[in-house]
Amino acid sequence: MHIHKFERFWIKLSFGLIAFFIASVIYGFVAMDLKVIGDYQTIDPQNLGETEFGTPGVRKVTKNGQTEYEVYVQTIQFAFQPGTARPITVPANTRVTFYITSPDVLHGFEVAGTNINTMSIPGQVAKLTTIFPESREYGLVCNEYCGPAHHIMEGKIKVVPKSEFDKSNLVQ
Amino acid sequence: MTFLHKFPKAAKVSKANFIVAFIALGLGGFFGFIQALHRTGVFRGFFNSGEYYTLLTGHGVLLALIFTTFFIAGLFVWGVTRSLEREPENMTFTWSWFWIMTIGLVMAAVAILGGLVPNGSIRAAVLYTFYPPLQAHPMFYIGLALVLIGSWMAGADWFWSYRKWREENPTDRIPILTFMTLFTMLMWYVCTIGLAIEVVGLLIPWSLGWVVEIEPLLPRTLFWFFGHAVVYFWLLPAYYVWYAILPKLSGGRLFSDSMTRIVFIIFLILSTPVGYHHQYADAGISLGFKFYAMATTMLLLLPSLMTLFTVVASMEHGARQRGGKGYFAWVGKLPWDRPAFVGCALAGIMFAAGGFSGMINAGMNVNLLIHNTLWIPGHFHLTVGTAVALTFMAISYWLVPQLTGRKLKFKTLALIQPYTWFLGMTLMSNAMHRAGLAGVPRRTAEPEFNTNAMSFDPVFGTMGEMKWQIAIGGTILLISLILFLWVITTSWLAGEKSDKPVDDYIPEPLSGVEHTPAVLDNMKLWFALALILVLLAYSFPLWEMIQDGIFEPGALPRPS
Repeated sequence: MHIHKFERFWIKLSFGLIAFFIASVIYGFVAMDLKVIGDYQTIDPQNLGETEFGTPGVRKVTKNGQTEYEVYVQTIQFAFQPGTARPITVPANTRVTFYITSPDVLHGFEVAGTNINTMSIPGQVAKLTTIFPESREYGLVCNEYCGPAHHIMEGKIKVVPKSEFDKSNLVQ
Repeated sequence: MTFLHKFPKAAKVSKANFIVAFIALGLGGFFGFIQALHRTGVFRGFFNSGEYYTLLTGHGVLLALIFTTFFIAGLFVWGVTRSLEREPENMTFTWSWFWIMTIGLVMAAVAILGGLVPNGSIRAAVLYTFYPPLQAHPMFYIGLALVLIGSWMAGADWFWSYRKWREENPTDRIPILTFMTLFTMLMWYVCTIGLAIEVVGLLIPWSLGWVVEIEPLLPRTLFWFFGHAVVYFWLLPAYYVWYAILPKLSGGRLFSDSMTRIVFIIFLILSTPVGYHHQYADAGISLGFKFYAMATTMLLLLPSLMTLFTVVASMEHGARQRGGKGYFAWVGKLPWDRPAFVGCALAGIMFAAGGFSGMINAGMNVNLLIHNTLWIPGHFHLTVGTAVALTFMAISYWLVPQLTGRKLKFKTLALIQPYTWFLGMTLMSNAMHRAGLAGVPRRTAEPEFNTNAMSFDPVFGTMGEMKWQIAIGGTILLISLILFLWVITTSWLAGEKSDKPVDDYIPEPLSGVEHTPAVLDNMKLWFALALILVLLAYSFPLWEMIQDGIFEPGALPRPS
């Protein structure tokens, strides 16, 4: 088979580019802790009341001697519980793990302008961990079409300094 | 003598497919214009925000599924007939696939547009991805299934022609136009397995109420089994035009026959196992499979980069034949005053830009920054919305005269049309990409953050400027679309009759088929390899998903 020498050179360059991209993804995983959601657990979407999702909200846990927080969020047509009626309030510079699922249809859970972005799928629990570096408010957006009032589904995450974090609103 | 006079039966089939395609293009494009004004808040008087999703479903289904499929069918009928030099084997069979697809399309369209009837019971505002548990009227799913079955029969029709031709020409190489058609259809058969199982096996019984609950992740996964390969089903016919016809329109010849075949083989093999890259943000799919899909997706850059080389090399050869000189100055010698050439060339430039944003989408962890934001429609309006759609429109200026035996009218308007499309898309798409970076979601009737005092924080530019670029870009695109439909309709009905309405001669490649290894034409080998890679990607995760029951964990249906 005849391949022009310029084309041979181009194909080599292309393979180099492909290798570079794959390496950049691996580098993100390994060196920068840029993880992607994986397989965590399934759940019966019609009986969320019997699980932690029955009392959604922020919980305090202790892991390896450190204080961390867990946030259970239900995405429903057309609100985040919690998040819409009242903001999700968490302290800065602390590990926060979100558990997200839906009792009805597909939704999105996107903290606008960040890479905290996951699908909320009935029957699946999405688990993701982050540390918010600064105290500020973030907008929360549903980014998957979920029905005729999808465009009103929004919420807020309020990150406060560790010292000002009010623990009286935690879910026990 | 042009195509119409040599193959009148096939010309009629091609024309029928093009008529359906252009009606879908006009209607779907008009919906897009309404959306551009509505979601930016520039004008919301056409429909209310609840009805927006009906229009959005119509836009996606009519353009991404109907316009493309029918145009591709018309194009492939032309190419197979021409390159094998034979009419379809059995016209009853040929017309039956056309009518099955058309009936299916009408059913799906009625189900969607029913959503605009106040208090109507027929609705299908489920968007073109139709994820359960949002449920559409059964007519929507049955209509889509009919379009799919019709497209399978169309593919069978072309294989039938090929087999008959092969009996008469046992030693010839597969002509390049037929080769590209058959490999595109082989890929279509592989990827539509997922869609057929989803629609016929799960969604139709569920929408008819035979089963009540559905597991949302399984049909979503089956959809994306199909959903990325379908973009190559749109793109490969554009490549077909770029490889087979664009070099001629540039005044030159295709650079290499064997490289063309290799590119189509790579697409057949790698198009389907990449589907999980649409599910990077999904819970319930383990990282290993996402990683496999990511690596496969990156490898798919190769055939597109090879295409870039061949297309540019062929165009440069054409420009040099026309007297072009220098490293870059030859670009000026290309026929920038011919609408068919201009459309294909501008589509190619846009595709390069769309390819770059696609490389970012493919990067598994970077992807989370833009997943389901406006960046994504910004990306695919460059790829399917321009690389494919503009190529199809441009090549229509060259094909429709061959099919109707009439010369093109309003050549100046035809020449303005691709430039306006390019301008409108440049405005709209760059703003959509940047808005997506700021977190603005896709698929929403109104920008979010109406009720609380949050705002999006753009990295480049301002929200106001992006809003106007999207609205103005969408308006220019509508004008471009009207120009296209006007030129085609008037030429079709009232163009000057001619024996040779366009120069339809296609010269041989520079590096011809005599240099092409025979193994590249071994369809069974490549098809088997494609099936093996799909099995590797999908058998285990799908098996795992149905371990707790096909419809478990089950969710109840919700009205759309």
